Amino acid sequence: MDIDNEIAKTQEERRKKEEELASLTSLTFDRDLYGGTDRDAYVTSIPVNDDDDANLDSMDSEVARKLASYTAPKSLLKEMPRGEEDDNSLGFRKPSRIIDREDDYRRRRLNQVISPDRHDAFAAGEKTPDASVRTYADVMREKALQREKEETLRAIAKKKKEEEEAKAEKESSGAAPAAAAAVPKRRNRWDQSQDDGSSAAKKAKTTSDWDLPDATPGIGRWDATPTPGRVSDATPSVGRRNRWDETPTPGRLADSDATPAGGVTPGATPAGVTWDATPKGLVTPTPKRQRSRWDETPATMGSATPLPGATPVVPLTPGVTPFGGTDLQTPTPSNFRGPMTPEQYNLLRWEKDIEERNRPLTDEELDAMFPQEGYKILEPPASYVPIRTPARKLLATPTPMGTPLYAIPEENRGQQFDVPKEAPGGLPFMKPEDYQYFGSLLNEENEEELKPEEQKERKIMKLLLKVKNGTPPQRKTALRQLTDKAREFGAGPLFNKILPLLMQPTLEDQERHLLVKVIDRVLYKLDELVRPFVHKILVVIEPLLIDEDYYARVEGREIISNLSKAAGLATMIAAMRPDIDNIDEYVRNTTARAFSVVASALGIPALLPFLKAVCQSKKSWQARHTGIKIVQQIAILIGCAVLPHLKSLVEIIEHGLNDENQKVRTITALSLAALAEAAAPYGIESFDSVLKPLWKGIRSHRGKVLAAFLKAIGFIIPLMDAIYASYYTKEVMVILIREFQSPDEEMKKIVLKVVKQCVSTEGVEADYIRSDILPEFFKNFWVRRMALDRRNYRQLVETTVEMANKVGVADIVGRIVEDLKDESEPYRRMVMETIEKVVANLGASDIDSRLEELLIDGILYAFQEQTSDDANVMLNGFGAVVNSLGQRVKPYLPQICGTIKWRLNNKSAKVRQQAADLISRIAVVMKQCQEEQLMGHLGVVLYEYLGEEYPEVLGSILGALKAIVNVIGMTKMTPPIKDLLPRLTPILKNRHEKVQENCIDLVGRIADRGAEFVPAREWMRICFELLEMLKAHKKGIRRATVNTFGYIAKAIGPQDVLATLLNNLKVQERQNRVCTTVAIAIVAETCSPFTVLPALMNEYRVPELNVQNGVLKSLSFLFEYIGEMGKDYIYAVTPLLEDALMDRDLVHRQTAASAVKHMALGVAGLGCEDALVHLMNYVWPNIFETSPHVINAVMEAIEGMRVALGAAVVLNYCLQGLFHPARKVREVYWKIYNSLYIGAQDALVAAYPALEDEQQNVYSRPELLMFI
Amino acid sequence: MQASDRFNINSQLEHLQAKYVGTGHADLNRFEWAVNIQRDSYASYIGHYPMLAFFAVSENESIGRERYNFMQKMLLPCGMPPEREDD
Repeated sequence: MDIDNEIAKTQEERRKKEEELASLTSLTFDRDLYGGTDRDAYVTSIPVNDDDDANLDSMDSEVARKLASYTAPKSLLKEMPRGEEDDNSLGFRKPSRIIDREDDYRRRRLNQVISPDRHDAFAAGEKTPDASVRTYADVMREKALQREKEETLRAIAKKKKEEEEAKAEKESSGAAPAAAAAVPKRRNRWDQSQDDGSSAAKKAKTTSDWDLPDATPGIGRWDATPTPGRVSDATPSVGRRNRWDETPTPGRLADSDATPAGGVTPGATPAGVTWDATPKGLVTPTPKRQRSRWDETPATMGSATPLPGATPVVPLTPGVTPFGGTDLQTPTPSNFRGPMTPEQYNLLRWEKDIEERNRPLTDEELDAMFPQEGYKILEPPASYVPIRTPARKLLATPTPMGTPLYAIPEENRGQQFDVPKEAPGGLPFMKPEDYQYFGSLLNEENEEELKPEEQKERKIMKLLLKVKNGTPPQRKTALRQLTDKAREFGAGPLFNKILPLLMQPTLEDQERHLLVKVIDRVLYKLDELVRPFVHKILVVIEPLLIDEDYYARVEGREIISNLSKAAGLATMIAAMRPDIDNIDEYVRNTTARAFSVVASALGIPALLPFLKAVCQSKKSWQARHTGIKIVQQIAILIGCAVLPHLKSLVEIIEHGLNDENQKVRTITALSLAALAEAAAPYGIESFDSVLKPLWKGIRSHRGKVLAAFLKAIGFIIPLMDAIYASYYTKEVMVILIREFQSPDEEMKKIVLKVVKQCVSTEGVEADYIRSDILPEFFKNFWVRRMALDRRNYRQLVETTVEMANKVGVADIVGRIVEDLKDESEPYRRMVMETIEKVVANLGASDIDSRLEELLIDGILYAFQEQTSDDANVMLNGFGAVVNSLGQRVKPYLPQICGTIKWRLNNKSAKVRQQAADLISRIAVVMKQCQEEQLMGHLGVVLYEYLGEEYPEVLGSILGALKAIVNVIGMTKMTPPIKDLLPRLTPILKNRHEKVQENCIDLVGRIADRGAEFVPAREWMRICFELLEMLKAHKKGIRRATVNTFGYIAKAIGPQDVLATLLNNLKVQERQNRVCTTVAIAIVAETCSPFTVLPALMNEYRVPELNVQNGVLKSLSFLFEYIGEMGKDYIYAVTPLLEDALMDRDLVHRQTAASAVKHMALGVAGLGCEDALVHLMNYVWPNIFETSPHVINAVMEAIEGMRVALGAAVVLNYCLQGLFHPARKVREVYWKIYNSLYIGAQDALVAAYPALEDEQQNVYSRPELLMFI
Repeated sequence: MQASDRFNINSQLEHLQAKYVGTGHADLNRFEWAVNIQRDSYASYIGHYPMLAFFAVSENESIGRERYNFMQKMLLPCGMPPEREDD
């Protein structure tokens, strides 16, 4: 009591004070400024730490706090904490969800329903099918019904819309306020229709199309509901199928369960969560919830409905509660109830965490915290409005648990929310979205008490979860178990578990791949048992066929192909027939693709009668459309393998060209195009019957159909003989030229393509092209706009190049050369690319002096005016033109060089690099024009730029110098070589690959041709630098380095170089040693082996493994390189090899064996058999080695011996062991025998041992004893 | 065999060799090997024309007859296979 009074008093006092204040300075509370609102709404006190501000950029402030002493600019500091993202870009991509990269069209897969099983006529035999089973007839009937319904609905909607439009026009004056009023009203009506249930259904039905946001009048809307399962739910409440349909739905199964036929699916248990029932529950506000006092304000609930999080079907979030409330006691397939977008999942995932921590305290908790006395619970102020940030409200509104089915359990405050709940029994971690599928695994039930079916189901679920989320070993064993027990589990339980998983909206690529793999394996095992499930599987797998990922498409094809082999053609057709004239274009599209896969799996002839029937369907144009599309897809899929069936395929679809439906005509033309493309260059006779309708068609059609017809013609003309091609081209050209002006982008591309195809055909004459096509073509296509679109650009260049191939360079280049000075850079680039390709193809002999002048002028202009040239178009074009003009460029060279020099001095690195690159391209031509002085000058200029700091540019400058040196030779080079080389030595240290490569090439060139200009001391210095380059990653660099060693050794004598190299054998790094051995071998080759061998063999005496192996390896390379020359040295090195072949170290023997091999191959037939047999005796005992490299080397050595000594000798070594009592020995000997046999079968005939005859078997070969 | 060996060329070598007719293996018996030898020999005689000519002269047969005979002999060059004692 006294507390009350006290509070009342305080409040009263405060109000008084404020009034006083207000009256005192009435102007301070400025009503115009702050509006006329009640001041109670203002925040009267400022919080201590401002949450909102902190959240705005917490990272920023955090960094600022931690790195207060840093003085780097903020932008840099901001970048610092971003380490992990870079890791992701380095190749380990984060698992990507499929849905994130799908477009709206592809997402329509989620609208499909996994249809109930169907009757398997084969399994049932003669029996009449049970009434509860869905037969083909049922499905067809449903389809027909559905079609009819959809069409009626569409008609109604159309009429409605027309009426409404008429009305709207009438009231157009007062439209704005009316519309504003209409919007909230519509919402309400929607809600009401829920409340009064089925009675309102009729009304809702009539207004249904209004509830659809952005409903496109045609396909878009009606296509969304293609599936049989939905037929029944349509009856009570069609109208309500509005926004709920937009969420993707595995949960749609709930609908299909409600169908009368749905009783077949195990998931048919009426779970009470049918889609129809829930919304009602949702809309009833639940104000009595204990969760928060403040939520009781009705406003929250009222506006809650449209939010995504408020969908009735959001499943339980993990970790909140022990899972498995009332819902989960129902058998599982009905558990997954939820259409839930991935966005929702994510929101849920983190919202849950935050909300759990920050949720409002309950009354009980507050009671526990505060003392009982001295406090009073106040009414919330009238102006209080709960927080309205949508993110927070997402969970403030009832989560699924809030539905009447479920009461919020006692909260367990001690629960750890950041630790994922441990799954029992060694199961892998579950993601939140997995709970709706696998949740029941978490129930700690005693497995023995379950019924056998339930046990089986549980087992399948466990295995699937392991496949989906488990570690690789878990996955592997689970996959194997699933495969092995597939027949035991049965098709039904397996697919009822697997397929819904594949419809999960948050599926990732990897998971899909694994699940598809499961299906594939299981298919093999189940074979004909899959028949009732074919359609189900197709619904899930068909979307893979249009996935943008190539491997997904291949996977999809493989599955469907296996499926059709398992189920057979009849079942496949029965399963897919109803989808052929589905109203949804998406369904028809995927079905057509699936059919083409079936055709490639089971053979086209098998499918032909069916296709023929479909393509001639009288009932619906959709069926004909799909039928023809199947033919197109077949052509695309199997390519030239259509040839044997080409005639029949064309016959099947040809009538489609005259179909009354425009879409059918279009797809027919496209299919013909695909067939012609697949058949090229054969099969023109099969197209005879369609030529007339096609050519007639292009005169009567416009727009899309015309484009398709043109495309077909474009692909058919190249198949024709020359005379016909010319005739038909002239026929079509009139239309093409008319369409040159078409503004339609798609038409433009097709026209360009067709022109290209026509022009490249044999019978089309150059004169005709020149007079009839070129003028219009250039007028309409060679415009700036074409350069802006990448595809147009490429197509135009290709077509023009093709024309140039016919009419010659001068015509084409003459027309576009002026455009090199156009003001639009992309356009100039397009011109340049065309000129480059034309000139490179056909040369420049056609170009007269005037055109030549214009060309060079234009190119110089375009080259100078370019702002960026990432694709090197300008550079390539310049190079191509200059090279093809050859000596005719001479007059322009000073100007070109002036440009180059000027650009070499440019501020931009790219420009400098390009200028240097240009020098290396035109150096050869400059030499042809005898402009050596100019080149010398350029050489000096380049030499001066060797201090360049950008490695890319430096590399190009070195490349340019190399080109000049190559062309004018060492003696005439300016700067003189003796000045140039010392300048290069330090550059060898540069670690940039481009610099290294160009530098080593240049140095190698000088060492090769002009070594005498440089003192030996300088070369030795370079040798040391080169050693480092042996480590380069790029093979080209290592090779160039090794070659350079050879040149240097030749120039200054091998001794010093060899000493350096032999020392290098002692280093630890393997790569380095390998390259060194190669270099030694090269030195030996260039300076003759006798200069190197003594030092090398002497080095073998060093008691160090690496060195000895290096020596052996050098020997191996050496004998490989010197080949026949080896015959002079074989006796010298034999003692060394003897020793090596007897060494304990495996690598010694291995390397020595490979040296022996090279030696044997080199000296074959040169009379060194004695030494070789001697070595062979040392090699042979190694045949029992097991280390792969060693045994490989030994076998190769023996092969070498076979070549050098003859097969007979080796056979004699072999014979002793072929029938050895020990199997291990026999195996090795037979291996050697076999390789001997394969290598020299014929030679063995003379050397086979004489076997003694047995009782009735004659083994002797008397013919060999014959003798005249 | 080590895991690393399973995929290298050595492990496949025997498999590769086994693809050729006439190669052998550790379980080949005397008869089978002899049949291979005989067939290889006859194939070689037929393949080298001078050899065939030589045999024709020494047997006083035409070359065609000789070729035919050799081909016939390739069918069962060593007679019927012996009974296997062990199985």
